[in-house]
Amino acid sequence: MNLKSLFAVLITGVLFGFGLALSTMIKPEVVLSFLRFQDFGLLCVLGGAATVTAICYQLAPRFLRKPFFAASFGRHAAAMNSQTIGGAALFGIGWGISGVCPGPAIAGLGAGNWPLLIAIGGMIAGAYFQGWLASRGTAAPLNSGRVAAR
Amino acid sequence: MLETFFPNGIAHYLLGGILIGSAVSLAFVTTGLVTGMSTVFSSTWSYFSKLTYFHEPRFISSRQWRLVLALGLILGAWLWANILGHGEAVHTRVQWWQLLIGGLIGGFGARMSNGCTSGHGICGLASLQVPSLLAVVTFLTSAILTAHLVLHFGGL
Repeated sequence: MNLKSLFAVLITGVLFGFGLALSTMIKPEVVLSFLRFQDFGLLCVLGGAATVTAICYQLAPRFLRKPFFAASFGRHAAAMNSQTIGGAALFGIGWGISGVCPGPAIAGLGAGNWPLLIAIGGMIAGAYFQGWLASRGTAAPLNSGRVAAR
Repeated sequence: MLETFFPNGIAHYLLGGILIGSAVSLAFVTTGLVTGMSTVFSSTWSYFSKLTYFHEPRFISSRQWRLVLALGLILGAWLWANILGHGEAVHTRVQWWQLLIGGLIGGFGARMSNGCTSGHGICGLASLQVPSLLAVVTFLTSAILTAHLVLHFGGL
């Protein structure tokens, strides 16, 4: 990936992290208070973000032939299957226990919320276990990923 | 009525959400990338693990920028803490076991579902994907039920 794109991704992260901090999503207490119907602010964060993004996702491909620094627009590919739904149910259980999801867990570190490292450790382990399960039974392809990346 | 549902005000939630949406839009317009956050937890494993799953092209081809995105998140929140947060560190009082178990189950589930609150909730809904809508309804439901249950087990 070219440097211009990486820089754009970095700025994206900075804005994203600033937004998560400003909206107090980096405090698990605030997320839990939404899940317990005490403060519905999270819906404004999610709704505001999804609305702005939806406008961009719908309009950009219509007005631009391609992204500024890349060849084509990507697409979020969600499959309709038991993995997507079952995984979401599990994700919700974890989110409901901790009040922490991946973005705020990472961003929170920037604001010095060190206990979130425990949640990040859990996520790293959980993601490994998921990859381990997904790798079982699959014949080892000749390191296809690495070949494709070259 | 507004104070019943939003005891802490509404402006910072809306502004934060719009900022997050602008961030995801910036990535899309400049690079065409769809920037969900949970995938970094799988793609980064490709640097350390030989498991075949982590070496799928979608992880190998995105592992570099996903780490840059994560670095940006930290920088962004750091900027907020030093500009608007008066340099005071944010500390959670949620119990360590909640963070650990929640992180473990949540990390596993998000990767199994191939998306979290940002991947399905923001990017998926914004691209009008029905599976993402179902995923969002599912994880909101299970999270609400779980968060109420946790109170009965001594959680915060």
